[in-house]
Amino acid sequence: MARISLKNVRKSYGATHVIKGVDIEIEDGEFCVFVGPSGCGKSTLLRMIAGLEDITSGELRIGETLVNDLPPKDRGVAMVFQSYAIFPHMTVCENVAFGLTIAGASKEEKEAKVAEAARILQMEHLLDRRPSQLSGGQRQRVAIGRAIVRKPQVFLFDEPLSNLDAALRMDMRMEIGRLHQQLGASMIYVTHDQVEAMTLADKIVVLKDGQVMQIGAPMDLYHDPANLFVAGFLGAPSMNFVKVTVQGVNGNKVLVSNAALDPVEVSGKRGPFKVGDQAILGLRPQYLSVAEGAGRLHGSVALTERLGSETVVEVTLKDGSPLIAALSHDAVFDIGSQMNLEFDPAQAHLFPEDGTATSSRH
Amino acid sequence: MAMISADNRGLRLATRYAVLVLIALIFIFPLVFMVMSSLKPDQQLLQDSGSLRAFLPVGDISLSNYFAAFQRAPVGTFVFNSVLVTGVTVVLSLLVCSAAAFAFVFVGWKGRDVLLSILLATLILPFETIAIPLLMMVAHLPWLGMDGLTWGWLNSYRVQIVPFIADGLTVFLFVQYFKDLPGELIEAARVEGASWFQIYRRIVMPLSGPILATAAILKFLVMYNQYLWPLMVTQAEGYRPVMVGLQYFFQLNVAWGEVMAYLSLITVPVLAFYLYLQKAFIASIASTGVKG
Ligand SMILES: Nc1ncnc2c1ncn2[C@@H]1O[C@H](COP(=O)(O)OP(=O)(O)OP(=O)(O)O)[C@@H](O)[C@H]1O
Ligand SMILES: [Mg+2]
Repeated sequence: MARISLKNVRKSYGATHVIKGVDIEIEDGEFCVFVGPSGCGKSTLLRMIAGLEDITSGELRIGETLVNDLPPKDRGVAMVFQSYAIFPHMTVCENVAFGLTIAGASKEEKEAKVAEAARILQMEHLLDRRPSQLSGGQRQRVAIGRAIVRKPQVFLFDEPLSNLDAALRMDMRMEIGRLHQQLGASMIYVTHDQVEAMTLADKIVVLKDGQVMQIGAPMDLYHDPANLFVAGFLGAPSMNFVKVTVQGVNGNKVLVSNAALDPVEVSGKRGPFKVGDQAILGLRPQYLSVAEGAGRLHGSVALTERLGSETVVEVTLKDGSPLIAALSHDAVFDIGSQMNLEFDPAQAHLFPEDGTATSSRH
Repeated sequence: MAMISADNRGLRLATRYAVLVLIALIFIFPLVFMVMSSLKPDQQLLQDSGSLRAFLPVGDISLSNYFAAFQRAPVGTFVFNSVLVTGVTVVLSLLVCSAAAFAFVFVGWKGRDVLLSILLATLILPFETIAIPLLMMVAHLPWLGMDGLTWGWLNSYRVQIVPFIADGLTVFLFVQYFKDLPGELIEAARVEGASWFQIYRRIVMPLSGPILATAAILKFLVMYNQYLWPLMVTQAEGYRPVMVGLQYFFQLNVAWGEVMAYLSLITVPVLAFYLYLQKAFIASIASTGVKG
């Protein structure tokens, strides 16, 4: 019912192209997260879906309706803004009921619905206050309350948690996840926090410079990034990129090596690769371990950070390039000591040197 | 150390108050002089004006100048006309100009930037330059009123009101204020389903207390002080405002006591309005929390 579909959607401000042809399908009831670096067009895309920015070209459908030219109020969406945008001259109750007031709801209906929203968000005791008497987290609840009270088909969130402190952010993140399960509505959530993206999303859309880099379930993106950008963007510490040379190609398998890396056969599905090519081997720090024997990667310890449950080791490889290994146990290493690392070739990702061969052109 | 700094602060505070009191006195002395003089016979008034006695209610004090002023001119009519014309113009002007500014700032439409700059350009035209063309125009405008369709607006209240409802300065004040309102409030209201009119009435106007007060004061002063235009368009005493009424007191022999009495009387509405707005202004800042 509330599927959202974007077909070749573009947005330009004069000669500045901000969204450069985006195709996204969001299923009914799905939690979809837009992530990407600052300025990549996440907010713009969200605001186009809300109807606050017009669409330069392409098609935007909510349900079966083409909504390109519909004003926001006719799209059946609710939006939670980064600044909360609650009305300072109204009480919490009036704020939450605003959409119902506009729609001409009766007093009883408003009271019942506001009470329900307040119960869901645990803010019954705040209803008579003014926004200036609320904390940041409470304001955020009011903004969410205002959004849920009308029972819209689609919820839009633009970095709703970025103004909260770390602890509160985690609480609210879980609360938003719970809310999604309770309401079953489609949600689109913009963030540049990859933890929010990984934990909340059914589907992640990674954006860069107004283009989609990859769409998929969080674990698919994590384990099978389509390009260097996605590989480097998701995961912390971020993926190591090791420059390698292709030594041999055997069907789907590619043999690579460099001065610090013994020849290893990895999947070549992000190819094509041919012998002699320069390529990038992506290795997640978490999938590196200290070798029992000779290992595959050779270097020396440059720096260690002991976090208790984890040890982050910065290694200088034999060819001089840096590499991060995140070991899942506490360990002590002497700075400068020799280190040989091991990894599972199935967990390594080989990308062509420019890194974007499988994504759309610039 | 602490002693010295406390002394310093006391001294600084005292200086500051002294300066403020001085400024207040400079502003208030003419008013005191006006009221005191209105209570004195002409001869004493002129004698006193050379000394501090001018500011004191001494000598032969009475209200006789006031009775004389009412005899000389229809003071009540003038004050009524001015209050009516000013009040109606201020209210309509706030409505029309804020709505125009709302459209300029929040609603996207073709040509609004060009139109806004044209509007702002009108600010540099002194009223005197358009007075004559405007006079010729209003002399021939139609009006549908109680007694059917009539032509020409001279000698009426509307001729003193309508031309002053929309003005560039008031629109400009609202435009500047609206630009500083958080845009996400308006966007949130749009997403919640509010029409432009509902956003104007329920969101923007309630948050505009300070600028409404400012614009109202400025407009009030302009309207209450109108002289040239009503002189041009009203021949009948019944429609004339206070400033034109002042003429009645400057005929063959000027009775200064009566002038002062008249001036005191016509200052009362201004002070009343000012005090009212000051209260409303503070209340609106306290309740909206916008622009603390
Ligand atoms: N009115 C405008 N005119 C011209 N360019 C604009 C306009 N609004 C936004 N942009 C540009 O569009 C690009 C995308 O902006 P957008 O706000 O969508 O980024 P974002 O991904 O939300 O970033 P952030 O994470 O910092 O919020 C930016 O490069 C911005 O400079
Ligand atoms: Mg943004």
